[in-house]
Amino acid sequence: MAKTKNISSAPPTHFNITARILHWLMASMIITMIFVGLGMMTSLTWRPWLLDLHIPLGIAILLLVIIRFINRLSFAVPNMPAGMSSFQSKAAVILHWALYGMMLALPLTGWAQLSAAGFLVKLFPGMNLPSILPQSPFLFAWLHDAHKVMAWMLFLMVTGHLSAALLHAWVYRDGLFSSITWSRKTIDRSEQSPAGGAES
Amino acid sequence: MKKASLVAYLKTKRVLFKLVGIFLIASGLVLAFAWSAGLIGGRITTRTFLKDTPKTYLAGYRRAHGKGICFEGTFRASGKGVPFSIARVFAQQKVPVTGRFSLGSPDPYAPDNSTRTVSMALMLTADDGEQWRMKLNNEPYFATRDTEGFLEQVEAYKPVSNTGAPDPARVAAFLKKHPEAQKYVKWDATAPWTRSFAGAQYNVINSFILIDANGKKQVIRWSMRPHAEFTSWSVRQRKQASHDFLFEDLKKRLEKGPLYWDLVLTLAEPGDPVNDPSQVWPENRRQIVAGTLEVSHVFDQTKGGCRDINFDPTRVPKGITLSDDPVLAARAGIYSHSHSDRVREIGYGKATDAVGKHQKDNAGNK
Repeated sequence: MAKTKNISSAPPTHFNITARILHWLMASMIITMIFVGLGMMTSLTWRPWLLDLHIPLGIAILLLVIIRFINRLSFAVPNMPAGMSSFQSKAAVILHWALYGMMLALPLTGWAQLSAAGFLVKLFPGMNLPSILPQSPFLFAWLHDAHKVMAWMLFLMVTGHLSAALLHAWVYRDGLFSSITWSRKTIDRSEQSPAGGAES
Repeated sequence: MKKASLVAYLKTKRVLFKLVGIFLIASGLVLAFAWSAGLIGGRITTRTFLKDTPKTYLAGYRRAHGKGICFEGTFRASGKGVPFSIARVFAQQKVPVTGRFSLGSPDPYAPDNSTRTVSMALMLTADDGEQWRMKLNNEPYFATRDTEGFLEQVEAYKPVSNTGAPDPARVAAFLKKHPEAQKYVKWDATAPWTRSFAGAQYNVINSFILIDANGKKQVIRWSMRPHAEFTSWSVRQRKQASHDFLFEDLKKRLEKGPLYWDLVLTLAEPGDPVNDPSQVWPENRRQIVAGTLEVSHVFDQTKGGCRDINFDPTRVPKGITLSDDPVLAARAGIYSHSHSDRVREIGYGKATDAVGKHQKDNAGNK
C-alpha cells in the first residue's frame, strides 16, 4: 500500500486509502441516491420520507466529493495497465472526470432548484440550508430539467463504469480493479503502455 | 502479439460466461432503474394521476383547481396550540400568510357555478424560517380510503359517449368496491352549495401529528372555520349566477374589510380512524382554536404571488409531522408534478394566459 506523496517516485500500485474509502462509500451513496430520487418522483407512499433522505444525503455527497477532489489532485494515482489501448485509457480518463463533475453538479442543481422554487432545503426538522438563488420560474425550469437529465446520465455513467470495472476484474484481470480495493494484486506494468501514464 | 495471447487467454478462462455475467448485472441495473422511474411494469405512480391532463391544457396553470385568486393575510396565534406543538406558528403573534382561493374545476375559465368544491391553500412563514403549507377543501372528507380508490372513482364517473352521463354499472361496481365513498356521494348530492368563499369552512381532510416539547405526539385534523355566516342558494339562483360570481363576491367583501377564519384543531383519541381520510371522527372530540387567519386582500394570480407556490400539504414545520394517511403521502408526489410542469411552462415562456400575457400581445410583439 503506497501512500506516495512525491510524483517523482514510481506510481503507486493502489489509490490511497482516502480515495478507496471515499470511492466505495460514495458509490453506495450515489446508487442509493439515484433510486431514492426515482422513488420520490413516482411513489404514492414514500415521497415525503424519501425527500427527507434525499436532501441530507445529497449534501453529504457534495461535501465528500470536494474532499475527494482535493485528495485526487494532491496524491499520485496508479498508472493504467500496460495492455490498455490509448482509446480505452482516454475514455476512462474522460469518464472519471465526468463522474466527478456529476457528483458536484447534481447536489448543486438540486439545492439551487429548491431555492429557485421557494422550498426550504431541509437537512433535519428545524434545520434548513440557506437559499442560494432568488425565486424564479425560469431558473427553476432550467435547473429542474438539468438535475433530471444529469441524474439519468450519471446513472448510465455509473453502469458503464461498473461494467468496465468488472471487465477488468474478471476478463482482463490486469490488476486495474485491485487498485481501488485492498487486494494485493497489482497493476501489470511489465510492458510499457503506448499511452504512457494514462491518467496524469 | 499481445492480442493473440489475449485471445488464447480469453478462451481458456471461459470469458463468454463472464461477459454474460457483466451484461446481466448491467441490464439488471437498467431494468431496476426503468421500473423505479415508472417506465416499465405499468405500476401506478404519482404521474398516473396527471395522465388525464388534456394535451391542449393551458400552459402554466395548475392541473387541478386552475381557477383561483391569490391572497395575502396574517395568522395570529392564540397560544392554545403551544402545549401541543413546538411549531413557532402556534406561539408567534403575527405570521405572514400567502394563499389562494380556488374553484374545484381543473378549467381555469370554469364558471363559478360549475362545481360545489372550493378551496383555500396557504403558506405560513414563521419567524424561525419554517414554512407551513396547507391545502384545504370545503368537503368534509375524502371520498375513498386510499389514493387508488380516487383513480377508480374518476374512471367510474367518466361520462359515457352515448349518454353523456356516467355508466351506472361502473358507478355501482365502484361503490361496491369502495363502500366508504357512499357517504361522500350522499353529501355531494344533498349538502347545500356555498354561495361565497367567505362563509365556507375549509377542512384539511388528512391527519397530521403535533409534537410537543417533550416529544409527545397528538394526532389532529384541522379546519378553517369562517367568521362570516355560511350562505347558500337555490338551484335556480345558482344556475342564474354570473360567470365569476364567487370571485366577484370575494373581492367586494374584501373592499369592505378583512375576512377571518379560526384555525380549529380537532384532537384524535385512541382508536379514531387517523389513517383513513374518508372517515370522520366522533363529534365530541376536543377542539382548540389555535389562532385566527386574517385575509386582507386578494390579487390576480397572473401577477405571481401564489401562482408558482406548491401548496404541498406534506411541507410542515418542525413540531408538526405527517400521519400514515395514504392520501396525504400521495398528494406530495402528485402536487410536485403539477407544480414542476406548470412552472417549467412559465419558466420557458410557453405560458400566456397564466402570466397575464394574451395571445394577441404576443403576436403584436413579434
